[in-house]
Amino acid sequence: MRHDGEAVTDRAEPSIMVSVWRGDEANGAYEEFAVPARESQTVLDIVSWIQQYVDPTLTYRFACRVGMCGSCAMMVNDSPRWTCRTHASKAVKDGRLKIAPLRNLPVVKDLVTDMDPFFDKWVEAEGRHHASATRHDPIVAIDPQSAERIEANSGIECINCAVCYAACDTVAGNDDYLGPAALQRAWTLYNDAKDADKTTIIDAVSGKGGCHNCHSMGSCAHYCPNELNPMRAIAGLKKATASSSLKSPLRSLLGLASGNEG
Amino acid sequence: MLDLRLYMLQRLTALVMAPLTIGHIAVMIYAVQGGLTATEILGRTQGSFGWLLFYGTFVVAVSIHAAIGLRVVTHEWLGLSGRSLAVFSWLVCIGLLVMGGRAVLAVTML
Repeated sequence: MRHDGEAVTDRAEPSIMVSVWRGDEANGAYEEFAVPARESQTVLDIVSWIQQYVDPTLTYRFACRVGMCGSCAMMVNDSPRWTCRTHASKAVKDGRLKIAPLRNLPVVKDLVTDMDPFFDKWVEAEGRHHASATRHDPIVAIDPQSAERIEANSGIECINCAVCYAACDTVAGNDDYLGPAALQRAWTLYNDAKDADKTTIIDAVSGKGGCHNCHSMGSCAHYCPNELNPMRAIAGLKKATASSSLKSPLRSLLGLASGNEG
Repeated sequence: MLDLRLYMLQRLTALVMAPLTIGHIAVMIYAVQGGLTATEILGRTQGSFGWLLFYGTFVVAVSIHAAIGLRVVTHEWLGLSGRSLAVFSWLVCIGLLVMGGRAVLAVTML
């Protein structure tokens, strides 16, 4: 179906032909919309224009519009992008744009995906703080120049947008794989001097969906909108888990570490 | 699917295979310089415990390494999982062990 939004577009104004996924995972199709091309227009602006002026039933997710909340990621011309910071002028090809829900996640409706599997895997990867002190203890100083802190800092700007998760071909082929974001979070905590349970993190990323499934293809680092490098974090986890297994080779070869049922 | 144990097994078997592969290729290039018949090759390998150990180790390492690699490919590309994936992996490992083992025994045993 094609919509022109005639009431609000100036016929003389150049327009972009936008194909938008409508429906859920089982039933759906691309619908075409003619959207006026404007200066400094983002892909999120285009989606919002369609929703506000042509079809109010179009479902999508956004919040901050400034690249901080990680809500608005979608597939733009088959690549995962944060749509609020993606300029239409850079994404449009031959006057056309294709917008779809994020890859590798169940589709709820139109451009909205169910993020539960993504966040469940953060928990599975022990991507949560393991307290080393209580509120009654004095605050311990952290040396910002220490190697561990520099390593931890390299991953803390993650906004949980799931762009890396959608970009990852290993996630596409392996349902159990924890994915780049969750593993990067685990690596950040592993290097955090204030995290008290490194062994639990090592065990969590050593199971059948763990860091060892990564083929180092690098799509996560290529597409990360904040220019982080989850592949490097995963390589760090592989090294840390391998070192820990060599310290107790018999235990690891017999699969005695928790989660090694693979 | 690929846990720490399988990952380490695949890396360790790769460590074993690397020098053996280089040794295999180096001996092959060296040995055929002056021309070599099958009879002459068998004359040197049959009854040699050294070559039995060399190629026997190689076959064991390859069987483990390849079975783990094919396990990953089969899971990600063909969607095989659970028990059927385990059976497939063991069949590949045992198949390579039997075929490789037969070949090694044929050229090293009298």
